[in-house]
Amino acid sequence: MIEARTGVRALALETIGMTKTFGALAALDDVSLRVEPGSFHALLGENGAGKSTLVKCIMGFYQAEQGSLLLDGAQAVVRNPRDARALGLGMVYQHFTLVPCLTGAENLVISRADAPAVIDWAKEKRALSAFLDRMPFRAPLDAPVSQLAAGEKQKLEILKLLYLDQRLLILDEPTSVLTPQEADEILGLLKGMTDAKEISVVMITHKFREVTAFADSVTILRRGRRVGGGLVAQMSTQEMGGLMIGDTQISARAARAERPPGSPPAETVLELAGLLATDEEGIDVLDRVNLKVRAGEIVGIAGVSGNGQAPLVEALSGQRTLRDGRIFIRQQAFEPTRDAYHRLKVFGLPEEPLKNATVPHMTVAENMAFRSFDRPPNTRFGWWLSPGPMRSKARELIARYRVKTQSPESAIGDLSGGNVQRAVLARELSGEVDVLIVANPCFGLDFGSVSEIRSRIMEQRNSGAAVLLISEDLDEILELSDKVAVMSQGRIAYVAPVGETDRATIGRHMAGHA
Amino acid sequence: MVEASASVKTGEPERESAMRDWSIRLRRNAEYVVIPLFALVVSACAFSLFLLLVGKSPVMFFELVQRGGFGTAFSIQNTLQRSAPLILTALAVAIPARIGLIMIGGEGALVVGGFASAAVAIPLLERVPPGPTLFVMAVAGAIVGAFWVGLAGLMRHARGVNETISSLLLTYIGVAIMNFFVEGALRDLTNPNKPSTKPIGDAYMMGKIPGTDVHWGLAAGVAIAILLHVLMTRTTFGFAVRVAGGNPRAALAQGLPVGKLIVACTAIAGACAGLAGFFEVAAIQGRANASLAAGYGFTGILVSFLARHNPIAIIFVAILFGGIVASGGLIQRRMDLPDATVLVLQGLTFMILLASETLYGRFSIFKMDAGRDRT
Ligand SMILES: Nc1ncnc2c1ncn2[C@@H]1O[C@H](COP(=O)(O)OP(=O)(O)OP(=O)(O)O)[C@@H](O)[C@H]1O
Ligand SMILES: [Mg+2]
Repeated sequence: MIEARTGVRALALETIGMTKTFGALAALDDVSLRVEPGSFHALLGENGAGKSTLVKCIMGFYQAEQGSLLLDGAQAVVRNPRDARALGLGMVYQHFTLVPCLTGAENLVISRADAPAVIDWAKEKRALSAFLDRMPFRAPLDAPVSQLAAGEKQKLEILKLLYLDQRLLILDEPTSVLTPQEADEILGLLKGMTDAKEISVVMITHKFREVTAFADSVTILRRGRRVGGGLVAQMSTQEMGGLMIGDTQISARAARAERPPGSPPAETVLELAGLLATDEEGIDVLDRVNLKVRAGEIVGIAGVSGNGQAPLVEALSGQRTLRDGRIFIRQQAFEPTRDAYHRLKVFGLPEEPLKNATVPHMTVAENMAFRSFDRPPNTRFGWWLSPGPMRSKARELIARYRVKTQSPESAIGDLSGGNVQRAVLARELSGEVDVLIVANPCFGLDFGSVSEIRSRIMEQRNSGAAVLLISEDLDEILELSDKVAVMSQGRIAYVAPVGETDRATIGRHMAGHA
Repeated sequence: MVEASASVKTGEPERESAMRDWSIRLRRNAEYVVIPLFALVVSACAFSLFLLLVGKSPVMFFELVQRGGFGTAFSIQNTLQRSAPLILTALAVAIPARIGLIMIGGEGALVVGGFASAAVAIPLLERVPPGPTLFVMAVAGAIVGAFWVGLAGLMRHARGVNETISSLLLTYIGVAIMNFFVEGALRDLTNPNKPSTKPIGDAYMMGKIPGTDVHWGLAAGVAIAILLHVLMTRTTFGFAVRVAGGNPRAALAQGLPVGKLIVACTAIAGACAGLAGFFEVAAIQGRANASLAAGYGFTGILVSFLARHNPIAIIFVAILFGGIVASGGLIQRRMDLPDATVLVLQGLTFMILLASETLYGRFSIFKMDAGRDRT
């Protein structure tokens, strides 16, 4: 027994010479890493560096071609995720894996490999509460998961792994769906458990702040190779960033072009007038949203997630029908038809682009042509496709936006998370833009890409586009916006020019007491 | 930011990368051939077991299929004759499948389409020459079929009614409507045996493809399959359908008219099945009656799934199943097996085929990946 050996429950993990190729691409090239028992290990690297691939090899989703895995110093064979689970390895994904219509308790019990066919709920409840008494934190167990906030769901995901008695947790960008406060809380709890040697943690992240605040040690990958690592206390974030990107240059951030003082206010381009929408149960998710965005202006919508931001983006992108209200673009009523998108030059980046803006099994080239497949030069006679121009345009965009893909013919679903984001942005920003609607554009991007994407958004603003930026990252909003709006309970609760407001005021409106 | 990626070298010669693109596509597609073939082989084995259980020889069965379906010039023509409606009813499944709908209403559309062709012919006989009459019949069959399946598509789009269930129910309604007229208002009273519409007569029957005993339905089926393949892969309509079928949310965000595309796809499907009914009436039966509902619509479902809803593959799979259907009589006589035996084979194949769906992405030789959830 491990407990008997050292009194430490946490697992030690070591990979030796892991190599995994996808066709001609070496996604992992001889990667060795060591996680001490009871340590909090961060895995860093730019988009497409191979982080997800590495942890998927460890978890048995992929089979590495070479290399071995040691757990507590002993060779371990993981042929599939079930093996990994039996060995005490658990993983939290970027997307939630809980069943939304079941309660937390039900989710925990059914996740057990040995869940009985007929469940004695009274007994299970007792066992669960005994389990929770041993845990340093709680999550609501009696409400359906669909009613929980993102932070609570993420806690539940982690509780699930602990309930399954996993002793090494792997977290793939666990905080991208959380507010900084939620992230700090959850990572703090995990840190407490690693310090108590209950568990070991491997966390993939793009946020240096989380690395320096919570991690003990770090491994940095670049293009599938381990390029550095060590104790966090002995490295600066600059060093880590340098290792991540190697000798490449970060392009200078586009600056905000100020309008000459005294010039008349620019024309209003996008106007939302009394948007009203309800969900399936008839509850208002948009409650008379009114907002104006002028040409050459970025309006940032801040707010705690779940206050109507997602329905607003859906309404603007034709995925949700409005009960009432109109959208006007340059005083014309806007209906989300293909012709209107094209004529009025409306573009957008929804959140979770793989789910909302791509067809995962279609190729990168095809996905990049979604905007233009029915126009010359991609078509002749208005209906005949010419794949040639489509492919060469894709090659150009792939090079310009540095999308890492093996070829334009790869399925877009095979790209790394950050590269899907970049491919969609390339598509949406490649033409002339009048209205741009972006939701959390930098989720899951490495710091180099964050800088570049924000630059591109700023460039669009500078060249006269009206930009609506919906973001859960207040820093992003304060950095980019000309005007800040706060969304709370489905309505716009506050609007102010960025120079005339501050974090505290915005925070108060976000919390709903103002 | 980052320099050009490791894999996409900017200086790479165009030709080399084109070669690689091609090999990626080839690998991906190989899977779609190998797995259905594998499913076919497994079902043949399972069916052999079944035959052994009932005390018959599997060897003899497959020998008879070979002989009765493909052995002689006559049997090959018989096979082709029967594959014509299968191609069309399979297309009636394949096109909606491209937009993510599982439509199983081909049988119903075939019946109402065939009935409509026979019915419009009645007032034209003796007044209008055969050529134009056949044309009107074909158009009527296609339109009524299109309406029939399109209705299921419309209900799906407008009201969210499950299209699989509604298209199946529409099949029963279609058969009932035909029976209602055939046993009532349109019954040919000179034929006391089987309630039918008035026969169109030999002079109005559709001819054979010259030099063969196969009617033009086969040529039409092949041509339509090729046309639809081109429509789906090389036109903007097909592209829009693939986007809407692959991810309706993304299609909406692109402003694509998802509802219209759904109705269009289902109407095309219905027109194909309706045409199958027309050919059955105009080339084989000469009249509409209950034998129109001979199960071609249901076998077409299996054909389309085996062909992975690819119109070109459908041609070949339909010929294979046409052979099995054609050898039915011989098997019945020689092996003393009931008609339903072929249905057992089809049912087994369908089950095994559906089970084999889970194999996609499991074999690393076909792909560069195995997993789904990517972050
Ligand atoms: N299933 C797959 N098939 C083909 N290529 C793949 C597959 N999965 C990943 N890749 C490629 O392997 C490389 C590494 O991908 P991985 O998902 O590990 O990146 P990552 O470090 O997690 O990036 P991100 O920060 O964007 O999530 C990428 O270039 C990606 O395109
Ligand atoms: Mg990743």
